[in-house]
Amino acid sequence: VTHAEERRLRLWQGKIETRVDVIGSGPPLVYLHGPWGLRADGAFLSALAADHTVYAPWHPGTTPGDPNAVHEIDDWLDLLVYYGELFDHLGLENPPLVGHSFGAMVACELAAANPARVQRLVLMSPIGLWRDDAPVRNWLIIPEAERRQALFAAPDGEAARAFFAVPEDRDARAEAVAAFTWAQACVGKFVWPIPDKGLKKRIHRVAAQTLVLWGEQDRVAPPLYARDFARHIEGARVEVLTRAGHLPHLEQPEQVSRQVQVFLAGPTVSA
Amino acid sequence: MFHLMPYRDLPADFGERYRSAFLDPAWFDVADPDLVGKYYNWTLDELLYAANAGMHGVCTNQHHQNVYGFMANPSLMGSVLARGTNSQNVAIVQIGSTLPSTSPPTRIAEEYAILDCISGGRLVAGFPAGLPTDATLSNGVVPIEQRERYKEALDLVLKSWSAHEPFTWNGKHYQLPHVNLWPRPIQQPHPPIWIPGSGSASTVEFVVDRDDCFCHLSYAGLRSAEMLGDYYWDAVTRLGRDANPYRFGFLQLVGVSETDAAAEEEYGRHVEYFFHNLLHTPPYYQQIPGYQDYPSMVRSLKEPLRDRSDTTPLKAKDFIDRGFLIAGSPATVRDRLLDGVKRLRVGHLMVLLHFGSMSHEQCLKNIDLFCREVLPALEGLWDDEWDDRWWPERLRVPRPAAEAMA
Repeated sequence: VTHAEERRLRLWQGKIETRVDVIGSGPPLVYLHGPWGLRADGAFLSALAADHTVYAPWHPGTTPGDPNAVHEIDDWLDLLVYYGELFDHLGLENPPLVGHSFGAMVACELAAANPARVQRLVLMSPIGLWRDDAPVRNWLIIPEAERRQALFAAPDGEAARAFFAVPEDRDARAEAVAAFTWAQACVGKFVWPIPDKGLKKRIHRVAAQTLVLWGEQDRVAPPLYARDFARHIEGARVEVLTRAGHLPHLEQPEQVSRQVQVFLAGPTVSA
Repeated sequence: MFHLMPYRDLPADFGERYRSAFLDPAWFDVADPDLVGKYYNWTLDELLYAANAGMHGVCTNQHHQNVYGFMANPSLMGSVLARGTNSQNVAIVQIGSTLPSTSPPTRIAEEYAILDCISGGRLVAGFPAGLPTDATLSNGVVPIEQRERYKEALDLVLKSWSAHEPFTWNGKHYQLPHVNLWPRPIQQPHPPIWIPGSGSASTVEFVVDRDDCFCHLSYAGLRSAEMLGDYYWDAVTRLGRDANPYRFGFLQLVGVSETDAAAEEEYGRHVEYFFHNLLHTPPYYQQIPGYQDYPSMVRSLKEPLRDRSDTTPLKAKDFIDRGFLIAGSPATVRDRLLDGVKRLRVGHLMVLLHFGSMSHEQCLKNIDLFCREVLPALEGLWDDEWDDRWWPERLRVPRPAAEAMA
């Protein structure tokens, strides 16, 4: 794992402290994490950092030491404006956005709200659309005994084991469980009770070259949704990965990072 | 007396069919609507019977989509009780309507004000935040916003009760162009406020800081609540409040019979039904991320204030031996209650005299024995030293006068 520089920004009229992990060198890329925080994404970010400077901001409220920041962002309009401010502070004009799950939903909303600012977009297992015939699973109420099965294609695989590993020490374990739980709560705020927050009305505004990646065994957001994203985003390319669930970048890290790198290195195509 | 209004006749295989008493049970597979009609009427009759038998207050509560207790709107029940106890020295303890689940919450302010008017100023205004299942899953409240909404709603309700001028409410969760409530509660600026909590450190501090009555609604009995009780009284001292026991309420399951053996025989299967069927709700429904704020979550992960041990292997005798249920002869129940009440300094003891599958007749017997043989030993326990500032003012009269009123 490449060493990450940890930056702290004070945003939103001084009310939010945001940690941003910065890794690697080269052209910038912003990575937006999913509902479980950035904890498990280190190795994947290092792979992306081979030819990019990866900026990975922590969702409001998940930055250690500022849990109440989540109460400063009330809705999607706030969240999108907040990310505009964050990118400005980082000096990023129109960085490629790579998002996972909820983070992919944020990336897609940003691309729809401000098409000029998002020219390349990678959506890994995005949520944000809704079908009654294939509901997105509410990850906040998955029984503990079913979590591995729900999130991973290989529930007993190494990726699942590492993802759910907690420290032995009681206090360290409490802190880890708290951070893991709180991340879900902070993200859940924006998609409760179901993740249909109007993206379907706005998604046609996305003008970015878009890559949609999906795990074939995604049991949180069924792969059926890949078609819906592709249908609404002109020119979007869909790649479905085998032996991957809702966290394809953890179960198939090499394949996913290669796909992303190739896509980002590709020629610009005007839509 | 507290009542949950549970489903009393669940099928024998309920526990195998459903993983949860909340959300999952299918109405059309489980429920008989005519029976449910009887339950509502029995519940009201039992509470009115308790009022006649000398109980100081009758309690209702709000829960949704479950077999455990489904007074979905406690004000509907409370209005019957208020009307039915007029001229009696009995408080209508609504504990109560869940603010975050009702939008706008001025609706609850209105309902409570109506209850206070119907009852002639006998309302105790309880404000639970609501179980996570109720607020977030049954009513769609964003988990991490439940507390924030609750606090804003409480401020709004209190202002709407006592403001002399109409006002505009510009809140984060509620915006109302014109608030000028009709009616207002008789009790001004507000009826006594009771706030239930189930073991969260921030709720304890919030309630002590507000100087309201904190009601610990565990089901694990007085004996298991010592850690929470100590934490509570430490917080009272730390925040500079007095040691008045009436600021602390506690809910206890109680079953009284002629002898200890008879009590175990009569209440045993009902307490098992209560814990094994009605309280059977898995953590993924009750501990939804966001239901606790961050510091409370870290605290409860490190040192829980409340024992959440698994009750599935326990039998009737265990529930009695461990004090989850205080059951026995009047003398046994008196002694055990007095011990616990004194140890925890409980000023307001709420007794659940109907629990589980208990029949109407069994419940009436329980009420009867409790009010005749146990209640007199508990009445006025703290009155030499303390005034009950969390009780409707018009009811703060000596008890014999109450009997004369009835």
